[in-house]
Amino acid sequence: MGVLPEPIEELLNAALVAELTVIDDRGRPVTHPLIPLYDGEKIHMTSSVLFSRKLEHIKANPKVSLSISDPSAVSVERFRRATIQGDAVVDDSDLHSGWERKVLPLWRVKEPAIDFFLGKRVALPLFFERGIIEITPRRAFLWHDGRTEVPPTVYELAGAAR
Amino acid sequence: MSAAAATRMLDGLEGQYTHAVIAFLDDEGYPLSVATGFRAEPERGVVLLDAVAGKAVGPPIGPEVNVVFSHIRPQPGVGYDERRYVSLWGQLRPVDDGRRLEFTPARVQHWDEQEVPFFEFSERGVPQAHRYMDQLSRETGRRVKPSLSPFWLFLRATRLPFLSATIVPIGLGISVAALHGAWHWWLAVLTLVAGACVHLGLNVANDVFDTASGADAANVTPTQFSGGSRVIHYGLLTMRQMQLMSLGVYAVGLGIGLSLAIARAFWPIVIIGAVGAFISYFYTAPPLRLVHRGLGEIAVFLGFGPVMVLGAYEVQARTFSWEALFASLPVGILIALVLYVNEVPDRPGDAAAGKRTLAVRLSKPAVIAGYVGAVTVAFLLVLSGALSGVLPRPTIIALAAVPLALPVYRGLRDHYESPYQLMPVMARNIQLHLATGMLLILGYVIALVAGHLITNPPVFLR
Repeated sequence: MGVLPEPIEELLNAALVAELTVIDDRGRPVTHPLIPLYDGEKIHMTSSVLFSRKLEHIKANPKVSLSISDPSAVSVERFRRATIQGDAVVDDSDLHSGWERKVLPLWRVKEPAIDFFLGKRVALPLFFERGIIEITPRRAFLWHDGRTEVPPTVYELAGAAR
Repeated sequence: MSAAAATRMLDGLEGQYTHAVIAFLDDEGYPLSVATGFRAEPERGVVLLDAVAGKAVGPPIGPEVNVVFSHIRPQPGVGYDERRYVSLWGQLRPVDDGRRLEFTPARVQHWDEQEVPFFEFSERGVPQAHRYMDQLSRETGRRVKPSLSPFWLFLRATRLPFLSATIVPIGLGISVAALHGAWHWWLAVLTLVAGACVHLGLNVANDVFDTASGADAANVTPTQFSGGSRVIHYGLLTMRQMQLMSLGVYAVGLGIGLSLAIARAFWPIVIIGAVGAFISYFYTAPPLRLVHRGLGEIAVFLGFGPVMVLGAYEVQARTFSWEALFASLPVGILIALVLYVNEVPDRPGDAAAGKRTLAVRLSKPAVIAGYVGAVTVAFLLVLSGALSGVLPRPTIIALAAVPLALPVYRGLRDHYESPYQLMPVMARNIQLHLATGMLLILGYVIALVAGHLITNPPVFLR
């Protein structure tokens, strides 16, 4: 049992993609599809330096939101939708191997083919230079049957992960 | 975004996406993203979004919001494909008594891997990667750069797998000499090492000059067979490191070559070596820059055909051979065709950098006709050589490689504009050169063995 309600944890552990919204340098929301990885306390995502604008934006403003919305990318018995707001930090202290140590085990569980692609690192060296985004959840919204025309259940989580 | 662009962008939304995600900033300044249903009205340039219930998650009317459409198709155990997204920015206004929100997009960002392959999408991010790592270097006070293990870095920087282009002609020259009674294994090894060093020096120098000319940066569709090693472009090695590596392997190659010349036949080997080094260096180096003038194929034909075959023969036999020269022609043509086909996906980047290769200069029909013509000549040389006895008869088995040319022809015809679909075509074309060369060598070996085993071998084994 982690810091998030169980139905949301199940979604996070099943989702192949989630929409991460960050705030750009002009204060506007920008959304990026990324694979979410959850360790029971924080949500981890990684970003290649090739697509690192989001890392720059998070460093300037750590407020983020994550939604799990795509039925085709989530295999759970009863589909639902969730959005998680939180504070993110970027760990880019070791772009080459840091994400392998901290995140790869979680990634491997969700997407076993990552090891095959990592074996081809020589073909895409910059793609595998990656920063880690660590999100501490502060509030979560859950739409139990995925329909957002009904109000969500709201969970206040501030302090839960500390 | 113009009305026409908005219409185009909105036109396919309903067929490609199941839902939209509205992202906006809440009262506390946090982003908040909520999924909802939608209907696009391309002719009006708007998207009608189903209203979201609940005060806490209601999108704002007035401030700019981000509406995202995203799709992937999971492939269990493999990953996923069909990755695509459309991200729009604009304003919302309530319609239908608040049951819907009308979204008018003003800006768009999108990617569909079926339109822009993942490799190209990644390649377009290289400048951003450098900006990020440079900024991180400034922040941390240490040099942040990408890395690879020394083995993979050497393999990538030198493009080691392309050494087959050297192994075939040197092996052929040695085989011709062996049939003529000249065989020294240690000379064969040294010749191979020298040839490999010059070839690797050429590969590395080629990257140095392509980076300097801007050809690497301009090429956003490199493949494993084209577009160079890109180790400088990616920041894996510096220009200086590559220059030193090139000089180092050239020096080893030329040093061995000079030793062989002193030990065997000085002037012939020095002249052949000098021609090879000249072609190798000025292939991309100014002022000649042979490949920029559409002369790359001729340079490669000479360097990896007659020069290497005759050089290897001379080291072994200490004399010139018309037969070795004849045998070098088909392998020279086929290796030139490797370059010729590999230039096809590089056309836009090469043209932007002023590298006027044959693929840049010629139309698609002319390039394909050139390919067919050159392959035909290469195999007619094998056929006529084997039938006439200029080459040993068993070398006729090299014709077994002809079928490999067919998928290359079909691939050029069908995928000329698709760099990534050309990858198997380029691979097959490399196999064509390798298979033909190895079969020619095998033909020589058969003749050699037959000559040793049978006092008067039948004509088809001679």
